[in-house]
Amino acid sequence: MTDSYEPRIIAFLCNWCTYTGADLAGTSRLQYPPNVRVVRMMCSGAVDPVYVLKPLLDGADGVLIGGCHPGDCHYQTGNYKTRRRYVAMREILKSTGLDDTRIWLRWISASEGQRFAETITEMVASLKELGPSPMRVAWAV
Amino acid sequence: MTNSPRVGVYICHCGINIAATVDVHAVTDYAARLPNVVIARNYTYMCSDPGQALIKNDIAEHNLNRIVVASCSPRMHEPTFRAVIEEAGLNPYCLDMANIREQCSWVHPAGTMTTEKAMQLVESAVAKATRLEPLQTRQVSITPSAVVVGGGISGMQSALDLADAGFDVTIVEHAAQLGGHAAQFYKTFPTLEPAGLLVHELIDRVTTHPHINLMSEAEVTDVSGYVGNFNVRVKRNEEMTNVPAGAIIVATGFETFDPHRKPELGYGKYPQVMTTLEFEQVFNRQSQIVNPKSIVFIQCVGSRDQAIGCGDGKPQTNAYCSRVCCMVTAKQARLVREQFPNADVTVFYMDVRAFGKGFEEFYDQAREDGVMYRRGNPSEILKRGERVVVRAEDTLLGEQVEVEADLVVLAVGIKPRANSEAVAQLFKLSRSGDGFFMEAHPKLRPVETSMAGVFLAGCCQSPKDIADSISQARAAASAAMIPLMRGIVQVDAATSYIDEELCAGCGQCAAVCSFSALSLHPVRGKMTVNAALCQGCGSCALACPSKAIMVHQSTFEQVMSQVSALADWNRLSLPVEAEAV
Repeated sequence: MTDSYEPRIIAFLCNWCTYTGADLAGTSRLQYPPNVRVVRMMCSGAVDPVYVLKPLLDGADGVLIGGCHPGDCHYQTGNYKTRRRYVAMREILKSTGLDDTRIWLRWISASEGQRFAETITEMVASLKELGPSPMRVAWAV
Repeated sequence: MTNSPRVGVYICHCGINIAATVDVHAVTDYAARLPNVVIARNYTYMCSDPGQALIKNDIAEHNLNRIVVASCSPRMHEPTFRAVIEEAGLNPYCLDMANIREQCSWVHPAGTMTTEKAMQLVESAVAKATRLEPLQTRQVSITPSAVVVGGGISGMQSALDLADAGFDVTIVEHAAQLGGHAAQFYKTFPTLEPAGLLVHELIDRVTTHPHINLMSEAEVTDVSGYVGNFNVRVKRNEEMTNVPAGAIIVATGFETFDPHRKPELGYGKYPQVMTTLEFEQVFNRQSQIVNPKSIVFIQCVGSRDQAIGCGDGKPQTNAYCSRVCCMVTAKQARLVREQFPNADVTVFYMDVRAFGKGFEEFYDQAREDGVMYRRGNPSEILKRGERVVVRAEDTLLGEQVEVEADLVVLAVGIKPRANSEAVAQLFKLSRSGDGFFMEAHPKLRPVETSMAGVFLAGCCQSPKDIADSISQARAAASAAMIPLMRGIVQVDAATSYIDEELCAGCGQCAAVCSFSALSLHPVRGKMTVNAALCQGCGSCALACPSKAIMVHQSTFEQVMSQVSALADWNRLSLPVEAEAV
């Protein structure tokens, strides 16, 4: 099962930094695994914990939040709010019995296309290591 | 419009950019089966005239009210397709795009997984599109005047350009005199013109201009309002004044690096050691120096240096290049050689950065004039009799050298003003890692800030020489003139809005808003959104305990519909599913 297991990742990327960085990975033709589905947010600070936790409970294997580097937020402080929320989200996830390393928060700027591609590659490898979300099977059965 | 959604989906081949990797026909078939989709098509180039015509015809023929375009990044063509559907009579906000080029076909190999990703991205866009609401962009009329904060050369030049264009300008300057640092310079590089002439020409024009109101010995204490209608509170002699302004230019300048932070250089300990800025004043007074035999200049004092100092474990110096010190040193070295032809002049440098127009020639002339450039970073300055000794390693010769000097000049770098954090909070500006105010985009929007209507000029944004400061000042003035000349500003419709049925007026949204866009309505007891101030970041929506505040174009329902479409793995037949079920 693990051989054919392809992790499914949902990514919430801020419009100003990480989403643009992901576009740059595209214009630079940097290859990374197609396991990620992106939702474009205006700010990482607008990522509701429900957006993160609901798909994980529905069987997604991982969620990535991508925002601007500390100090570079287009809206001044959105990424700091996310950073605090991220800690809480991981705690909540742990309390459901899921591994808290299924939630990733990364600061990727508009010029870091390479870093975006590497992040997805790393995340896919890490989730393959971790195995499929137990919630997938639970819901499928 | 708000009746049942009728969605048209348009999948672009982008030549072979998408079609070579993604099976666009399979994606089209998939899209056609999604709920609310009336028609799904694919075409070679959706952004081309025939592609656009296809969408417009379908809107008319099939009575479509929501459009999804699956193509390149929305950062590329969202404005294009918004304009297309608007021409066809739809509200431009009834569009969503699926990024299947930059974030799909260009980064993944051809194959099932890539096509399935494109399918899901289209499904997510359709889910969101069916929930989009038509929005109206609003226009706000503006106050045709400006406030310029700072009366240095940048601030004065910005104010003059705005005033010459006919706008009333108020300059707020904390000092008693105009001119800032440039007023202290003796001659400028690379032309060796007296700095006083050009500064005083600006001061004369500013003080006599009928459209310029000068408030010196004054400071800004509060800024409220938004682009087009700011209210700047200015404190002067304990007296508060409200200055209305359509635009604000921040030109608060810089401080020089304090060489006390590098105690090995003996500044403040030996009277022979002074800074380049102090040396300018020595020239201005034409006194103090009595026939020196040897003068040493030390470059990059506090710049391009990440030394830890003063024992508190923090970097005391700056990693960046201050851009002006190389030329200031070359200028002063040449002037010294001219005035004291018998004196030895030595410059210790790391690299000489003579990058501007006429700079390299100026630097060449300094060496021809007999200025001795030695590559090396001095390690200490000692006292020996009446003179001081500069000890350094000459890294080209690879040996320790000592140069005796009657005078040592430290080329101190430019750093952000000590109060720049407070100023940033006042005007809601971002700062980059080095502490300077941050422009909205390093290349494309160099004088704008993340706060609409607030612009930057001069060294408060980064180190600059006079020519670059004047260029940026004039750029900031013309950028500020865009809203001022137009007389109105367009306010993006993707702002937050309140559901008054749910709002309890608790103010938690206002507490997290970085733009002061939310306030409590004094009569209704509900929060209200100032749409001209709201930047649409969505922080408020997360702070609200009852989901009474939402941001148009990314409401909870809209984003959740996308998330559900993306998380609904069972719809697609990826390998593990076949086993798991």
